[in-house]
Amino acid sequence: MSSLPIFADENWRLPSRGRVAMFSLIIGESAIFTIFVVAYIYYIGRSTYGPTPQILDVPWFNTVCLLSSSISIVLSERAIERGHIRNFAAWWALTILLGVVFLAGTAMEWKRLIYSDGLSIRSNLFGTTFYSLVGLHATHVIVGLIMLSLVMILTLLGRVEQQHTERIQILSLYWHFVDAVWVVVFTVVYLVGK
Amino acid sequence: MADQTIPMPGTLDAERSRSAALLEWLHSWVITVDHKKLGILYIVYALVFLLIAGAEAMAIRIQLAIPHNHFLSPELYNEFFTMHGTTMVFLVGMTLIFGFGNYFVPLMVGARDMAFPRLNAFSFWMTAFGGLLLYFSFIGGFGMYGMGSAPDITWWAYAPLTAKAFSPGHSTDYWALALIVSGFGTLGAAINILATAFSMRCRGMTLLRMPLFVWLMVVASGDTLIVITPLTAAQVMLIIDRYLGGHFFDTQAGGSATVWMHFFWIFGHPEVYVLILPAFGIASEVIQVFSRKAIFGYPAMVAASVGIAFVSLSVWAHHMFTIGMTSVSNAFFALSTMMVGIPTGIKIFNWIATMWGGKIRFATPMLFCTAFLFQFLCAGLTGIMLAVAPWDWQLHNSYFVIAHFHYTLTGSFVFCFFAAIYYWFPKIIGRMLSEKLGKWHFWLFFIGFHMTFDTMHFVGMLGMPRSIYTFEPDRGWNTLNMIVSLGGFIQAIAVLILVWNIVDSFLHGPLAGNDPWDAWTLEWSTPSPPPPYNFATDPVVRSRRPLWDIKHPNDPDWKYER
Repeated sequence: MSSLPIFADENWRLPSRGRVAMFSLIIGESAIFTIFVVAYIYYIGRSTYGPTPQILDVPWFNTVCLLSSSISIVLSERAIERGHIRNFAAWWALTILLGVVFLAGTAMEWKRLIYSDGLSIRSNLFGTTFYSLVGLHATHVIVGLIMLSLVMILTLLGRVEQQHTERIQILSLYWHFVDAVWVVVFTVVYLVGK
Repeated sequence: MADQTIPMPGTLDAERSRSAALLEWLHSWVITVDHKKLGILYIVYALVFLLIAGAEAMAIRIQLAIPHNHFLSPELYNEFFTMHGTTMVFLVGMTLIFGFGNYFVPLMVGARDMAFPRLNAFSFWMTAFGGLLLYFSFIGGFGMYGMGSAPDITWWAYAPLTAKAFSPGHSTDYWALALIVSGFGTLGAAINILATAFSMRCRGMTLLRMPLFVWLMVVASGDTLIVITPLTAAQVMLIIDRYLGGHFFDTQAGGSATVWMHFFWIFGHPEVYVLILPAFGIASEVIQVFSRKAIFGYPAMVAASVGIAFVSLSVWAHHMFTIGMTSVSNAFFALSTMMVGIPTGIKIFNWIATMWGGKIRFATPMLFCTAFLFQFLCAGLTGIMLAVAPWDWQLHNSYFVIAHFHYTLTGSFVFCFFAAIYYWFPKIIGRMLSEKLGKWHFWLFFIGFHMTFDTMHFVGMLGMPRSIYTFEPDRGWNTLNMIVSLGGFIQAIAVLILVWNIVDSFLHGPLAGNDPWDAWTLEWSTPSPPPPYNFATDPVVRSRRPLWDIKHPNDPDWKYER
């Protein structure tokens, strides 16, 4: 402490407000997911009637898509950092595509569960916890996709340049968070809970 | 503006332009993104709801003043104590801390605005409409015979009382949705405070030079991030149960009512620390200025605050000793709750050490903070008593518990925020509050507070449970309840004196000047009220008391501060 310079002014650096805010948001969101995950784990096997988690198929393809979208978004971050807007746009579009594939996969899974297995959010406790947890995550994917698409539109309009790197990186943090949450949800719902 | 382009003939013209000016003035408050205006909006909003929830409390106390009273109907009584609790915690407490936080965090760290001004406005309006949604239930929440009905499920809303079968109509939905909406506002405000304190500091304002109020707002906002969100999650579950036929809290389908209790108190207990931590910040500022001494043990104060925030996350189930947890859980939560006493003890000793040997000026803010010290100590001691599980088995849900938490929330939180009003009103408005009325306010409130809440401890130990509509005359609670009610009315008179003081001083108070208290933090270096964007040139700070350095160039703090 005594080594603190009295004139700290010369190279006065502060953390980026965007990063601080995004990390704060992620901490808050993590708490929401924690509550839903805890509820899911606590209620495993407590349903008194109706379908059980055995009807679930493990969505490997979906998972691979979503997780690889984290890689493609890192590549797009690197591209914009170096000012390669074309590469950035390509990797960014791939990220969106992978996200959409994930959502479509979830939609098909839910359709099968609802129409052939008769599992809805009101059919039993398992349905309630399953749809609310996976649905909460899917909601975050949708919000992320809306934001990614906005950036994509701005890129196609030629509005995104190298100077926006930091903003892109902050937005990517959110997408990484959505992916990381999926690892937890996937493990709890499809590996542990089944 | 459109009105001004159309000339109106005759005498209407003057009238018209006056109303146009009024409209423009109102419009400027609605569209504002200035942290100071939003701060004032938050504070005014909180004070309005303080009066409403206070009136509800008075109605409750009239009902309980004598046995077999029928001043309120049983239904209305339930609605009033539910709304009193919900309003005081969410619409008064949270908005007061973020109101003062909004106004003073940027000023104290030498910034020109919050990190995200538009998010700031969005957060305020979310909170505001959350509150309006809650109170709309009085006319909109379809109850019996098409009358409105407010939530009547207590502010902790235990399942299965909130299930569709037991709470028909929409009053419970208003409660859940209002808290979700205002919860998002709170989350936004907390993120903004964190980003401002970390990323907007002026040159030289290192983290360990930030004023303690800023530090405590940072700690409270960090806590808010992880405690308001579980409430939002639990409310979403409740809405799923009520609207989509879910089974989270439906015991018939394997759901559990205990899970709601856990989720609610995971929010509910740290929440009171979120409220009290900024109050500590205010006490730290006021006590050092009015003792004419720098705060004692600044790093220990910061560490203790962070410690309280951490420990507060692991104590929630002390609200649930009576539901039959395992003895291991009981022991864990009893011990973790007692641990809170260590960092809070450090803080109390540091405040006393700050006053020790100081040249104390007992102006109104200091009076409130001195009373706070004593009352908070008592609140902490009854808290430790209630943390002992067997003691809690005896007194759970009795008026002893009510007395304990009103000692923390009224005796500590409200006292500190009254101090904040007297301390910072000159900065916000530019005029001094009347010291004479302030002393009347303090002494009446102090006497009323002790009449009400000291007596409540005894009535609780005599076995009176909370939330009961009325009581039998042969229980020995009659005199005590009458004293409690009388004390309540003395407090109400004191609050009305405050309101009169604010209105009167706003219009006629003596001008304050930049620095009426001879204080040391950056907000007092600006004119009162501060101009838009606060500082003409960005300030540079070399110590924790930048204004001391300016006022005493021969003896600046930065020579000694390590």
